[in-house]
Amino acid sequence: MERETGAREGLKGWLHPGKIGKFGIERLAWLLMRLTGLGLLAYFIGHIYETSHILDGKAVWDKSLEMTQTTEGHLFLALVIGMCVFHTGNGIRLMIAQMGYGIGKAERPDYPYKPQSINMKGKACIYATLGMAALAMWYGMAVMFA
Amino acid sequence: MATIHPKLSDELSQTVVSSTKSVKIKIKRSNPNVNSEQKFDDFVVPIEKWTTVLDVLLDVKSHLDHSVGVRYSCRQASCGSCGMKINGKPGLACFTKISELDSDTVTVEPMDNYPVVRDLAVNMDRMINNHKKVMPYVIREDSEIDAESGIREFLQSPENVDKYIQFSSCIKCGLCNSACPTMAMDKSFVGPQALAQAYRYIADDRDKGKNKRLKIIDESHGIWRCHFAGSCSQVCPKGVDPAMGIQLLRGYLLGIRD
Repeated sequence: MERETGAREGLKGWLHPGKIGKFGIERLAWLLMRLTGLGLLAYFIGHIYETSHILDGKAVWDKSLEMTQTTEGHLFLALVIGMCVFHTGNGIRLMIAQMGYGIGKAERPDYPYKPQSINMKGKACIYATLGMAALAMWYGMAVMFA
Repeated sequence: MATIHPKLSDELSQTVVSSTKSVKIKIKRSNPNVNSEQKFDDFVVPIEKWTTVLDVLLDVKSHLDHSVGVRYSCRQASCGSCGMKINGKPGLACFTKISELDSDTVTVEPMDNYPVVRDLAVNMDRMINNHKKVMPYVIREDSEIDAESGIREFLQSPENVDKYIQFSSCIKCGLCNSACPTMAMDKSFVGPQALAQAYRYIADDRDKGKNKRLKIIDESHGIWRCHFAGSCSQVCPKGVDPAMGIQLLRGYLLGIRD
């Protein structure tokens, strides 16, 4: 019985930049969906921890708020805005696709077998979501650094 | 005419070719049963414009190194035996021409997400087991051949055939499972191949096993682990589009489809 060499790629299967080059924008959207999901989860936990300081009095609360009033804090919050917008927009695209809409119709395939589920509608949605996330980050930074 | 492969033994160096072009093929070598060493062996092989990756590998096996481990059979993209990673992307060696790779160097590796048997051959037991798990056959209480009333057929309209015919083209080559990022992390995931086959039989109006199959795939390592990266559909050599099948299959579980 052979050993499990090469049985799974592990994190390399997620993060290798060559995968995005080989598999296209859908693979990038998949990766960003995972990373933004993990990022937002981490932010949520940090946010609960930060806001819990309100129980320790006004001085402690004000000090904890100061953490995000720095240049680094603003950049971090801009990143959170971007993650939030991308995760929401791409999540809506995925929900619609997973209900069977916008992925084409099953039919007899003809060579050269272009998969219908990977189509321009989906790609346009991904690009639009990336654009919206960038716009929201830009607007957020414009407000925070004003 | 020129002889090729100058480092060959006398016996093997008699191949005569007319080609003026050649390709360098890098083959990933390993034998997990012996040790954990992995290396690339390079070979230069003459090619024509119709030469496939499998042709090159067989040329290497015939003339340069008999010990290269590769699985193949039909040589016409029908048996699904010669799946491997070609220049980083899963593909059938017999269905990939060197000329379309647009590169002077071709790197071949065993498919990802499968245990390596030796060199380019992988163990596909897990995929076959998952395929069997979704009961890939028409399930009915009554028989197609009825002894009392004579032989009869389950009639089906062309429209109903169109609903699943695309998914019945699966040749079990395993490329979709190799490309799938969920398979890369979750060793229990049922995989796009089996899910697409579950859809194939559920969408078949002769079949009465829908509820049984939905119960099998509606579990923690089942259909909900797919997040629609679409890589499975991009590598399918037969136009099966497993990503579409999986999303359509979800419709049954979400109550959108009957």
